[in-house]
Amino acid sequence: MIINEHDPRAGKIYQVVDEHAKVRAGAVLPSDDLLKQFYRDMMRVRAIDDKAFKLQRQGRMHTFPQITGHEAIQIAAAYAMQEEDWLAPSYREEALVHLRGVPYSQILLFWLGNEKGSAYPKDVNVLPFSIPIASHMLHAVGIGWGAKMCGEKIAVVTTFGDGATSEGEFHEAMNFAGVFKAPVVFLCTNNQWAISVCRKDQSASKTLAEKAFGYGFDGICVDGLDVVAMHQVMQEACDKARNGGGPTMIEAVTYRLCDHTTADDASIYQDVDERKAWEQKDGVRRLRKLLEKRGLWSASDDEALEKEVQTFIDQTIRELEASPEVTPDEIFSTTFADMPPRLKKQLEDVKAS
Amino acid sequence: MTQRSLIQAITDGLRVAMERDDRVMVLGEDVGKLGGVFRTTQGLQQKFGKERAVDTPLAEAGIVGTAIGLAMYGMKPVAEIQFMGFDFLAHNQIMAHAARMRNRTRGRWTVPMVVRMPCGGGIHAPELHSDSFEATYAHIAGLKIVMPSTPYDAKGMLLSAIDDPDPVIYLEHKRIYRAVKGEVPEGYYTVPLGKGEIARPGTDLTIVTWGYLRHLAVQVADALSGQGINAEVVDIRTICPLDEALILESVAKTGRLVILHEAPRNCGLGAEISAIVSEEAIFALKAPIVRVTGYDVTMPLPKGENLYLPNEKRLMAAIQKVMEY
Repeated sequence: MIINEHDPRAGKIYQVVDEHAKVRAGAVLPSDDLLKQFYRDMMRVRAIDDKAFKLQRQGRMHTFPQITGHEAIQIAAAYAMQEEDWLAPSYREEALVHLRGVPYSQILLFWLGNEKGSAYPKDVNVLPFSIPIASHMLHAVGIGWGAKMCGEKIAVVTTFGDGATSEGEFHEAMNFAGVFKAPVVFLCTNNQWAISVCRKDQSASKTLAEKAFGYGFDGICVDGLDVVAMHQVMQEACDKARNGGGPTMIEAVTYRLCDHTTADDASIYQDVDERKAWEQKDGVRRLRKLLEKRGLWSASDDEALEKEVQTFIDQTIRELEASPEVTPDEIFSTTFADMPPRLKKQLEDVKAS
Repeated sequence: MTQRSLIQAITDGLRVAMERDDRVMVLGEDVGKLGGVFRTTQGLQQKFGKERAVDTPLAEAGIVGTAIGLAMYGMKPVAEIQFMGFDFLAHNQIMAHAARMRNRTRGRWTVPMVVRMPCGGGIHAPELHSDSFEATYAHIAGLKIVMPSTPYDAKGMLLSAIDDPDPVIYLEHKRIYRAVKGEVPEGYYTVPLGKGEIARPGTDLTIVTWGYLRHLAVQVADALSGQGINAEVVDIRTICPLDEALILESVAKTGRLVILHEAPRNCGLGAEISAIVSEEAIFALKAPIVRVTGYDVTMPLPKGENLYLPNEKRLMAAIQKVMEY
């Protein structure tokens, strides 16, 4: 098993494909088709993320968090999950939430400030982006605990950042998960930054993954820019959860190659050389190199992908910008199952004004 | 029918709910083997097992946060916060998640969870064991907040709260846990949320109150009838959504209003009730509205709590004031 053979306390970090796209000897890679699919998805989500950034600069989008540097983690997690699994995400998880079945236009609509963006498809077990830090992790534990009580074999994935590990509710979620052996995968994206506060100022712990041992379960550090490693570890942790093995914490080590949100300026606090060094390790570029090395990618693939991406962007932006304005009913109707008289009166008031 | 204390009525309500629906579970600190520090959950673990009457780790946000997840998955959790003064550790879960999950998922997911909390003073308890913070919850959209004051209501409203599709904060005034007894039917019945009741009919003035103070108000009203003052006592029972119609109806009849609550005065529910009556029924009033409330100070330790808590004397003075105007 990968997880229990890579103790973070012994300084181990799991990697299959290094930054030069060299595959570790003896490693088993996913199928060629899956590798190509990972790449297509990475390119697609990076492109829409860039497009949304441009829209924001044009005043056609509100504040949102970009995902550059997080693509490999989110895509690996999405492909390791099964249909009946649940996801309780933090906010910087657009690609993961999209790949679990939420149209990207809807995700952007939420960030554009329209309530309609929160109406996810009914068959998708994805909780809303949690804006407060770490508190949604407890919902994942409760969902997993409920599934266990009902005898359902599912995995619940919850995602959070390095900063979240400083919150009390991180501790409470990990502790409850350990005590009740909840089928939860705690996926920590350590992108080195909680807005402007760097990883070493967040915790004196050498790694974040090693905190798991304090709650009675395993933690592992993984190269978060290596989609293959991430996919293997996520699969193993999800399988373990589904089979009654309880929780796992995965620390996906990466670097935030973008601002915190479009309202931020990372150049104030990120070191230029440090960032450049991480850009060299980029997960998208790395996978491209791997595909080329293995003869799996050609110029015609690029052409096809370019078209696919453009169609996706056009359709997403069309859907996004075609969405009607928010109505008074929309802001009142989902407060309670039945609207109390006072709210009915207030709704009439807003309609009349 | 059986005579039961408020606490016995709650225990009975939990037992009935757990018998009716195996998705109902209780969780919290000491609620399992011990049966709760007030013994409200006594016998439930023995009857329904450790899985459904769960001793959790000592963490309020953990209790409420996991209850949210359990409820979203389809369970019907009844979480206990040992004392209301400790709920602030779970306040983020209640405010930022439970109350708005319906809104944040456009009605797809709801949090049918009940959070029980003992509240109120007058039992000589230590610091932060005696507070009345119900108004802080009333400010949060998407929450129902109830405080039953009779054993009949305690059981019936608990069963309604468990059935309710939205999160309910269920407040239990400790001072009447054992001090008040009443008839409680066997088996399942409900008392609707959002509906107050006339605890004592009258014609000369209206006293709007809830929790322990309902009993004080009725006692004072009974005593006053000998002096030719016939006071009506309205027990709102539900803090949110408030039964405004019942209050307005009573004030329309009596023309005088005293609002009686234990919570601090500043931005307390009394202010809201007073504003509603001013906006909707000013011409029915024969006298200014008077509030008898806790003071805007830290809830005193037991040696000082009687200086803080509304009592018969303060209520009498208020009644005299509205009657003499």
